[in-house]
Amino acid sequence: MSAVLAADPLLGGDIDLTVVLIVIAKTVVIFALLLVLVMFYIWFLRKVIADMQNRVGPDNAGPWGILQTLADGIKFFFKEQSIPDTADRWVFRLAPYLSVLPAFLAFSIIPIGGKVSIAGHQTYLQLADPPIGVLFLLMMSGIGLYGVMLAGWASGSKYPLLGSVRASAQLLSYEAAFGLSVVAVLLHSGTLSTRGIANAQAWTSWHSFVTDWYWSVAIVSFVIFVIAAVAETNHPPFDLVEAEQELVGGFHTEYTGIRFAIFFLAEFMNVITMSAIAVTLFLGGPSGPALGFLPKTGVVNVWLMPIFWFFLKLMALLFGTVWLRASLPRLRYDQLMDLGWKWLIEISFLAVMVTGVVVVARDQGWERWIAVPAAFGGAIVILGLLRMCMPRRDEPVSEVV
Amino acid sequence: MNDFEHEHVETDADAAVTDAAVAEQVRLERQTDEGEQLLTQHSEIVVTGGPWPEVEGESQTMIINMGPQHPSTHGVLRIMMELDGETVVRAKPIVGYLHTGMEKTGEQLTYVQGCTNVTRMDYASPIANELVFSMAVEQLLDVTVPERATWIRMLLAELSRMASHLLFQASNGMDLGAVSMMLFGWREREEVLRVLEKVTGLRMNHNFVRPGGVAADLPDGWQDTCLDVCDLVERGIGEYDDLLTGNPIWLERMVGVGVITKDEALALAASGPILRSTGFAWDLRKTQPYLAYDQVDFDVIYTENGDCFDRYRIRLYEIAESIKIVRQCVDMMPSGDYRVQNKKITPPPRARIDESMEALIHHFKLFTEGFRVPAGETYAVAESPRGEVGCYMVSDGTGKPIRMHVRGPSFYNLQTMSTMIENRMVADGVAIVSSVDPIMGEVDR
Repeated sequence: MSAVLAADPLLGGDIDLTVVLIVIAKTVVIFALLLVLVMFYIWFLRKVIADMQNRVGPDNAGPWGILQTLADGIKFFFKEQSIPDTADRWVFRLAPYLSVLPAFLAFSIIPIGGKVSIAGHQTYLQLADPPIGVLFLLMMSGIGLYGVMLAGWASGSKYPLLGSVRASAQLLSYEAAFGLSVVAVLLHSGTLSTRGIANAQAWTSWHSFVTDWYWSVAIVSFVIFVIAAVAETNHPPFDLVEAEQELVGGFHTEYTGIRFAIFFLAEFMNVITMSAIAVTLFLGGPSGPALGFLPKTGVVNVWLMPIFWFFLKLMALLFGTVWLRASLPRLRYDQLMDLGWKWLIEISFLAVMVTGVVVVARDQGWERWIAVPAAFGGAIVILGLLRMCMPRRDEPVSEVV
Repeated sequence: MNDFEHEHVETDADAAVTDAAVAEQVRLERQTDEGEQLLTQHSEIVVTGGPWPEVEGESQTMIINMGPQHPSTHGVLRIMMELDGETVVRAKPIVGYLHTGMEKTGEQLTYVQGCTNVTRMDYASPIANELVFSMAVEQLLDVTVPERATWIRMLLAELSRMASHLLFQASNGMDLGAVSMMLFGWREREEVLRVLEKVTGLRMNHNFVRPGGVAADLPDGWQDTCLDVCDLVERGIGEYDDLLTGNPIWLERMVGVGVITKDEALALAASGPILRSTGFAWDLRKTQPYLAYDQVDFDVIYTENGDCFDRYRIRLYEIAESIKIVRQCVDMMPSGDYRVQNKKITPPPRARIDESMEALIHHFKLFTEGFRVPAGETYAVAESPRGEVGCYMVSDGTGKPIRMHVRGPSFYNLQTMSTMIENRMVADGVAIVSSVDPIMGEVDR
């Protein structure tokens, strides 16, 4: 039991003190890792955006300004924390934590390395591997919404209220597309456990990159997952919830000091967690080619290489988010809803159907070259019919004279 | 006597007092934020005038103040919006937060000092304001400025237009969430301001165009500086075009948003890019040429839709037209004096003050009392980046104007905002205010 799970969190069965200590150690490491990652990500974001915008970016605190985030955090601790008179004080205080906790918890089921041996115990490099893994992720991203919503509502102020209304609508509608896009992966792998999904995408040869990893097998779902995840994390171009130019700060307009910093932390942590989930579900998690000239069971290939591959993929995705932030204008509220309801949800439904056909065809030994194109063709026809039923809104673009 | 007045006469004294009290109460309620203000669809009323219609019953709307402290209100504009959900039912701009009485100040300043005052009105394109002020004074004095001075003024006006439109591109991008655009716009604007600084000595508020000509001749090597900045800005606007014009999100946000028709724009006295975006090709540089605009080749950019996207493109392509004019100015700059050689208007050169008693006296008189301007009134206009900027001036024959009024195009353009914003979403409101491109210094004066 304790081998299947990273360790049984309920401490049932045959568990000695070593296992408990390993779990505690892993918890502390994951917690610290996530905080350091956030710190690093914010610095990375500021540096890369600065580069894209012909600026220098932070360069005073520490080498290359790498401690800038730490300095900001310390500053936030010493700032006054004001609460508006009209605020619901209890909920106002609670909201930041509601927002930050799920972000922490979701990261605990991400496999960041392979199977290693610590003090004679075989264990996976991930904090927990519950059998409901992916459902747990969806759950956590759903709870994270409450933090944002309650913060806006409890502020007792107009701009945050608008922000939280936007947040609830946006997150609810994108949750649907998000969940549906994950289903394709579940159908392919046949398991909900994140470790199981990562193992299903294990690296066997260089072909694994295309044939085993789900980004290519379920390419449509991957694209939808990325779009929905960007919207779920309120990241530009979907950052309407806090749209500075419209709602000043959106739900966190009234927050100051460390409470604001916690929202900030949660937001960036969500970006990291979502990227990590994308890596796990679609990009093979920690799998990748090992260093052949070193022993197969040595420290480098068992410990380091999977971690290296995981973080390399994570960095690539994080760089993508920074790129989005630097280059795109913001969508409008109704356009965001249009995109979510009229495109993403229906396409992800069709993608689930196509995946179903593909998986059944694989299991039943049907001719793949007939079943798959037929399923795709059917999906495109249905999509076309659906689009025809929808009202269209065309704005003419005039010529410059 | 119409019906209304007739009724009013017939009411007895007590009722009249009560009515007055009620009216006062209503007026006060209207002045407060939470009062039941301007309630229904009212495009026509905004355009044609008239009282706001009253509504009955409880309203489910929320009144929200955008500004005067808000990230996207371009200074201290306050917009009072009535929201139904996220839809703006009505919006009205409230101005005056930057009012510093500059027009009144203008009456205390001599004609020599006047430029320092007007240049601070439209701080994004100060040359245009100095230009109309100087042109008005010259019309009253009945002097003709030398040709070189005219061309220098035109060169600076176009550089200033470039800087102003680049600022618009920057702030417009920022308002719609394209943050990189803000820095790209500022990058090029900074280069243009550097040229202006090299010529005038200051980045903004130049006080360079003065009655009778300009303050100094162009510095050595100005041709290369101007041509370099033209190339640089040309490359820059190409980048903006690549970055934004074809971007689907950008199109979604801009096309069909903030539409205003030609009739509405004309009725609201809008000018500049807002009027041109409706298909009315009105550019004072072409329609009533001043300076030497009839001798250079450029096009008036106009479009048909009257939406935010059109205004964005008009401003983008106008930068290219300005580049064209600047290049022609470099080619065709005539030689000669940069200001009128009239000792009563222009101060003597610094060296002459040491040699000549008369020069010293003239210098002293000019900078203490200024020069006298014949009695009369006049109105001078120019096309600023934002539209028709005009200066109405009345002189009583002394050294100071008794009335100096500047027609700031932003003030009139801002009126169109209410019409454009109606029944759009809050986010569109931001895009619309941005596309009006108001400079509050000019609105409040």
